[in-house]
Amino acid sequence: MSNWKRICQLDEIPRLGSRVVQGTKSGDIALFRTAADQVFALHDKCPHKSGPLSQGIVHGERVSCPLHGWNIRLDDGQAVAPDVGSCRSFAVSVRDGEVFLAV
Amino acid sequence: MSKPRLVVIGNGMAGVRTIEELLKIRPDHYRITIFGAEPHPNYNRILLSPVLAGEMSTQEIVLNELDWYRDNGIELHTGRQIVTIDRVARKVIADDGFAAEYDRLLIATGSTPFMLPVPGNDLPGVVGYRDLKDTDEMIDAARRYSHAVVIGGGLLGLEAANGLKLRGMDVTVVHLGAWLLERQLDERAGRMLQKSLEERGLKFLLEKQTEALIKGESGRVAAIRLQDGVQLAADLVVMAAGIRPNYALAEAAGIYCKRGIVVNDTMQTYDPKVYAVGECVSHRGIAYGLVAPLFEQAKVAANHLADYGIARYTGSVTSTKLKVTGIDLFSAGEYMGGQDAEEIVLNDPAGGVYKKLVIRDDKLIGSVLYGDTADGPWYFQLLKDRRDIHDIRDSLIFGQSLVGDVGHAGNSRAAGLAESAEVCGCNGVSKGTIIKGIKENGLFTLDEVKRHTKAASSCGSCAGLVEQILASTIGGAYTPASSDTKPVCACTELPHKLVRETIRDQHLTSKEAVFAFMEWKTPDGCEKCRPAVNYYLISTWPDEARDDPQSRFINERAHANIQKDGTFSVVPRMWGGLTTPAELRAIADAAEKYQVPTVKLTGGQRIDLLGIRKEDLPRIWADLNAAGMVSGHAYGKSIRTVKTCVGAEHCRFGTQMAMDMGIKLERMLFDMYAPHKVKLAVSGCPRNCAEAGIKDVGVIGVDSGYELYVGGNGGIKTEVAQFLCKVKHDEEVMAYSGAFLQLYREEGWYLERTCHFLARVGLDYVKRRVVADDPGRQALHARLLDSLKNARDPWQTSRTGDAVRQFVPLRVEA
Ligand code: SRM
Ligand SMILES: Cc1cc2nc3c(=O)[nH]c(=O)nc-3n(C[C@H](O)[C@H](O)[C@H](O)COP(=O)(O)OP(=O)(O)OC[C@H]3O[C@@H](n4cnc5c(N)ncnc54)[C@H](O)[C@@H]3O)c2cc1C
Ligand code: SF4
Ligand code: FES
Repeated sequence: MSNWKRICQLDEIPRLGSRVVQGTKSGDIALFRTAADQVFALHDKCPHKSGPLSQGIVHGERVSCPLHGWNIRLDDGQAVAPDVGSCRSFAVSVRDGEVFLAV
Repeated sequence: MSKPRLVVIGNGMAGVRTIEELLKIRPDHYRITIFGAEPHPNYNRILLSPVLAGEMSTQEIVLNELDWYRDNGIELHTGRQIVTIDRVARKVIADDGFAAEYDRLLIATGSTPFMLPVPGNDLPGVVGYRDLKDTDEMIDAARRYSHAVVIGGGLLGLEAANGLKLRGMDVTVVHLGAWLLERQLDERAGRMLQKSLEERGLKFLLEKQTEALIKGESGRVAAIRLQDGVQLAADLVVMAAGIRPNYALAEAAGIYCKRGIVVNDTMQTYDPKVYAVGECVSHRGIAYGLVAPLFEQAKVAANHLADYGIARYTGSVTSTKLKVTGIDLFSAGEYMGGQDAEEIVLNDPAGGVYKKLVIRDDKLIGSVLYGDTADGPWYFQLLKDRRDIHDIRDSLIFGQSLVGDVGHAGNSRAAGLAESAEVCGCNGVSKGTIIKGIKENGLFTLDEVKRHTKAASSCGSCAGLVEQILASTIGGAYTPASSDTKPVCACTELPHKLVRETIRDQHLTSKEAVFAFMEWKTPDGCEKCRPAVNYYLISTWPDEARDDPQSRFINERAHANIQKDGTFSVVPRMWGGLTTPAELRAIADAAEKYQVPTVKLTGGQRIDLLGIRKEDLPRIWADLNAAGMVSGHAYGKSIRTVKTCVGAEHCRFGTQMAMDMGIKLERMLFDMYAPHKVKLAVSGCPRNCAEAGIKDVGVIGVDSGYELYVGGNGGIKTEVAQFLCKVKHDEEVMAYSGAFLQLYREEGWYLERTCHFLARVGLDYVKRRVVADDPGRQALHARLLDSLKNARDPWQTSRTGDAVRQFVPLRVEA
């Protein structure tokens, strides 16, 4: 069902940072890289008021939205309590330093 | 055209207050003439009691010195009593024949003591208690005679008796009522008061009526005879049996009077040219005898005399205190109660405390406090607000501390708020929502309340109030954290102070080292601590610590402000607020080329291009750089703007080159990061057109140099900058402001503006480090310059290399 697409090299995403992927059917997708080099992908729209999550600060396996500071879990796109909401997440795989996204 | 003439009859508290209010709102409107029967400038009549008691001097109670009248162009006639108002010719005539014409007339003749109509009431030694002359006479009598009788056990009578006693006289108070202050106190409280006054040596004869005052051999009063035949020695008799509004003059002029000069809600009498204020007035049937309502009347009258015509006086609820040192007595509103009223009474004769609250329809309508008046103002507020008190009725009598908070500097607003009242204006959170959140989720800290309810999570100006609500909701379970010990965030137990000091003392130069050494609870912090730690690292070790962009908020990472729709804004620096045609042309070109939807002038004397896509930022910066422009740092915890006025360069009043000075400062501070944003202003003279009084550093040019101010803030809570020092030369302006800012950079806590920093460390400390200590100042300034030696335009450096990556979107390969 899903369709793996090569996106970039792992090094092109800063640690504790992110990049935006454009041109998918699902709109903009934010790719995050944690301190431990795990990569996650979320729809680049905060469940609160659609803030661009890609512009937030990444810490642990969370990102804090740049607009009003909601924390969103990178693995499943759920807002961290007490906030409630979720945003779509996408499967990512990293092979030989290359990042692939299932869109 | 000459100005209209305003004449005031009565140089007392209400009349002069009206003029003060008028001068405040419309200073040059009238030619003002004031007539006062007393030979003094306006003084504070209330304080005659402390003067009599020997606690204050006559000089101390003067409110408006003669200079004040002169400076405001007011023609003052003291010792001239007006005897006629000629409303047809529109003039007033004094006892010596002196006349003055008016266009508007203000009558403020006050009141006169009521002299009991008994034989001998005009003997020498019989006085009312109203003015300085009476007071002097009483003081003089106390020196020469020993027996005084005060007729009347009301507030005025008791204050007179107390004063005379303190001056060594043997004083008896003769009172018609069954107990003292029977209009303010019930019998029990009256007896308590009587007892404590008796302990001070005063004597009382209650339920006694005066029959006659008896002349002695010298012609002066010598005794008083009561109706029951008792006779008392009296060399001084003070009549304090009430006051009568002084309206005979107005009545004789045909102005409608009824137990006072009748006025409407605009303080106008039946003659539209004539206004009246003060004790001589009857408003809606009430003549007030206290200053608070008279001052409200004064404000309204001034508004109408100024032709503004919008204010209305609708009457006042009053409160009184007995001014006898050592005795606390407070009463407010309808202290008498009445048929449909209920009373809550607390009576502790042994402890000397009595409290009575009068309630009608679940509202407090009156209160009497004796012995412990601390809650007086709070009750008075409840009363004036007509607050429904049924929910706090149980503990109302015990005072605010039991109802409200746990004593936050004694000023809890939280208790008085309705459930529906909006507490957090940014996020629209009501008090009810906050309480519900606290109860349902078991919240105990301000942080938890912020997270759950969003209250106080934006601008934070309501944080204090939210804390009070928290405290009153969970009571004793709440322990407020002081900012010295508040942890930076949930990742650590350590406060800012310790984190800062440890980074310095342990020579830590990376966030990894900080988190490891101080045993952070999370692997890489959070959005709150990371920016703080990053700032502490680079400000403490400018040459060693590497800035971490991923620890910066998006605005500082992208060198632009993020907008609600995810686009960004671009604000090029305009040094000191100056620009050139070439720069404006380049901005105009860029705006067209990148289809900038909004171009706006900011409050910081420069231009904002709003609504730019992130990927366009490097390109538009390149265009602006090419025209010689650099980043304005409108996005950073950094130097923002240096506002200037046109200064001595152009202005006819300018004393210093404000633009030039501002540009020099802005260049010195370029690319400077700080705990929070930093704004400066330079004005060319004290007219201060650059608003230097609300800046982190404000510079005001004066003839002999510059005045420096620090710690101002024009944002969430306006703070006026405090005077630091005066300097002579431009170089000193740079050195002193640089040193102050470096001190703030080295010792401020993250997100602490200079005003908060100053409030924490104190102005004296700053003066010691920056003004008094010459080598210390030079060293601070040198460290600032050193840390800025590699200042670069972030637009320029972010356009190329790895740095540009964040602006370039990745694309899915087909
Ligand atoms: C653009 C501007 C409004 C304008 O159109 O005039 C502006 C815009 C913002 N201000 Fe401001 N402030 C602007 C002048 C001011 C001023 C007036 C001044 O500087 O003379 C003040 C009050 C003065 C002061 O700071 O003491 C001001 C007090 C604030 C505050 C409250 C700061 C405080 O300590 O109380 C904030 C919130 C904060 O910084 O935490 C804020 C925050 C903001 C932010 C950055 C909010 C944010 O984080 O997104 C706004 C960005 C809007 C956007 O979408 O781009 N802005 N802001 C002004 C830019 C001036 C410039 O040229 O750099
Ligand atoms: C001893 C004492 C203690 C008090 N303590 C308190 C207190 O604790 N709290 C409180 O709220 N109030 C207190 N008061 C009451 C308060 O002082 C008065 O309410 C207030 O002064 C009234 O202001 P007014 O302008 O109406 O009258 P005044 O202040 O009396 O001013 C009227 C002035 O007009 C002058 N005047 C009258 N007729 C003429 C005329 N025809 N021509 C020229 N001039 C004229 C008078 O000489 C007088 O100077 C106290 C009063 C006294 C005497
Ligand atoms: S502050 Fe002074 S110098 Fe500057 S414009 Fe105003 S009057 Fe002129
Ligand atoms: S849009 Fe993300 S927190 Fe509001």
